[in-house]
Amino acid sequence: MRRLLSSLLFFAVLIFGWHLMVKSGKWSPVLLPDPRLVWEYLRDAMKDGTLWQASLVTMRRLFTGYIIGIVLGLPLGLLTARFKFCEDTLGVLALGLQTLPSVCWVPLALLWFGQTETAMLFVVVMGTLWSMIIATDTGVRNVPPIYARAARTMGSGQLHTWLKVILPASLPFIVSGMKQGWAFAWRSLMAAEIYVTILTGFGLGQLLHYGRELNAMDQVIGIMVVIVVIGLLADKILFSPWERFLHRRWGTGRS
Amino acid sequence: MRITEELQVIQPAKLAVQQVSKRFSGRSGDVHALVEVSLQIAEGDFVCLVGPSGCGKSTLLNIIAGLEHPDSGQVLADGKPVTAPGRDRMVMFQEPALFPWLDVIENVMFGLKLKPNLNNKERLEVARFYLKLVGLEKFMHSNVHELSGGMRQRAALARALAPNPRVLLMDEPFAALDALTREQLYGDIQKIWEIRKKTIVFVTHNVREAACLGNRVILFSPNPGRIREEFVVDLPRPRDINSVELASHSSAIMRALKGYQGEAEVSE
Repeated sequence: MRRLLSSLLFFAVLIFGWHLMVKSGKWSPVLLPDPRLVWEYLRDAMKDGTLWQASLVTMRRLFTGYIIGIVLGLPLGLLTARFKFCEDTLGVLALGLQTLPSVCWVPLALLWFGQTETAMLFVVVMGTLWSMIIATDTGVRNVPPIYARAARTMGSGQLHTWLKVILPASLPFIVSGMKQGWAFAWRSLMAAEIYVTILTGFGLGQLLHYGRELNAMDQVIGIMVVIVVIGLLADKILFSPWERFLHRRWGTGRS
Repeated sequence: MRITEELQVIQPAKLAVQQVSKRFSGRSGDVHALVEVSLQIAEGDFVCLVGPSGCGKSTLLNIIAGLEHPDSGQVLADGKPVTAPGRDRMVMFQEPALFPWLDVIENVMFGLKLKPNLNNKERLEVARFYLKLVGLEKFMHSNVHELSGGMRQRAALARALAPNPRVLLMDEPFAALDALTREQLYGDIQKIWEIRKKTIVFVTHNVREAACLGNRVILFSPNPGRIREEFVVDLPRPRDINSVELASHSSAIMRALKGYQGEAEVSE
C-alpha cells in the first residue's frame, strides 16, 4: 500500500511538473500540449472505440507472434543444448540473428509478404524466437549435472529427466529469455506498425504515425503513454508472478 | 493396505564386486581408478570405504549405483549384474542435490512418483513418514534454500529412503557440514540403519567417521586404486564419535593409511 502510494505520488509530481513546463510558455503548445489535453484525447479515443480497437489489433499481433516464437524457440533451444550438431548449426544461426535488431526484419518482411498481417507476424516471431532459443540453451547448460544424476538414480529415464528436471531447472533462464523476447517483439512490432499501414487492422503504431502526420501532439503523447502502460502491465501480469515464484523457490533476489 | 506394505522393512540386498577395473584417460595420461577390485558385502551390512582422494572409492560407489560402467569385471546386486541405476540402490551425494523448484516434500516425492502401484495420496503419506523419520516433518513445505546444510542432507536422506531401496549408497554425504551437525547425523544414520535395515556403502575420507559408522572399514590406496586392508569395527551401537574405544580403532586405520600413502609417495 505504501509502495503503491509512493508510486502514485511520484507520477503525480511528474505530471504536475509537465503541466508547469507548459504553463511557463517557453515551448509551443503544439509541441508540448498540456497533460489535460492528452488525457482528453485518450478519453475521447476510448469513448469512440479507436483506442480499444487499435490496442486489440496490436495485442493480437503481438500475442500470436510471441506465442509462436516461444513454442518454436523452447524445443529448438533444448535441441541446441542437447545435440552438438544442432549447436554448431542452429545455435550459431540463433546467436547471429539474435544480435540483429529485430526492426531490421521489417523491410524484408514487407518485401516478402507485402502489407499483410503475415508480415507483422513474421517480424514479431523473429523478435521472440532467437532470444528464446539462446535463453533456453543457456538455461539447460547451466543446470548442475548432479540434478540429472540424482534423478537417474531415482529411476528417471531420458525423457522424464528432460521434462521434470532439466526443463524446470532452467526456468530462471527461460523466464528471463521470455521477458527479453517480449521486449524485442514489442519494440519490433511498434516499429513495423509505424513503418507501414496494414489495411486489415489499425494498430497503436499506426495511431502514433497518424498523430505525427496530423501534427496532433496530444495523440502522439497519448499513444506513447498507452504503449508504456501496456508494457508495464505485461511485466506485472505476465512475468512478475513467475519471477516471484522463482525468487521464492530459488531464494534469489530480495523478498 | 498398500501403505503398510510400502513402508514395511524389506530384505536388504547383498552386493558382490567382482574384479572391477576402471580407467580414466586424462590430460596427463591414463589414471587407473580401480584395478581388479573385489568385495563382498553381506545383506544389511554397513561398509565404509576410506582412502585418500583419487583412490577410486567414489568411482566404485558410482559403479555399484550403475551411474558408471566398469571397463572389466562386474557388480552383482542380489546376484543380478548391475547395468544401470535402479530404485533398489539409492544414492546420496556430497551435495544434497535437492531440486530448488520443488519444496521439501515434493523433493521426497520425486522418486516415489516414479514408483508404480501407488496413488498420489499414498505417496504423500509415504513421503511424510520418511520426513518424520529424519525429523523434518515440520519443514515439509519449506523451500530448499530455507533449510540449513544439515537439514538439506536430512531431506536428501529422506528422498533416498523414500522408494524403500535395499541398498543405500552414500558418497561423502556429511563432508560439507560443520562438526556439530555431522555428529547429530552420525547418530541419525545409525538409528535409521537399525530401523530400516539397509545395506549401506558409505564413502568417506574421514577415518574417524568410517570407524564410527561402519561394521567394516575398507581401506583403499591410489595409483592404481585398490583395496589394501580391511578393518572390522565391532563396537556396540549407537557409537559416539568421541569415545576412547573408537579412537583406538581409528588410529589403527590411520596408521595403515599413512603407511600406504608414504609408500605411494616413494614409488612416485
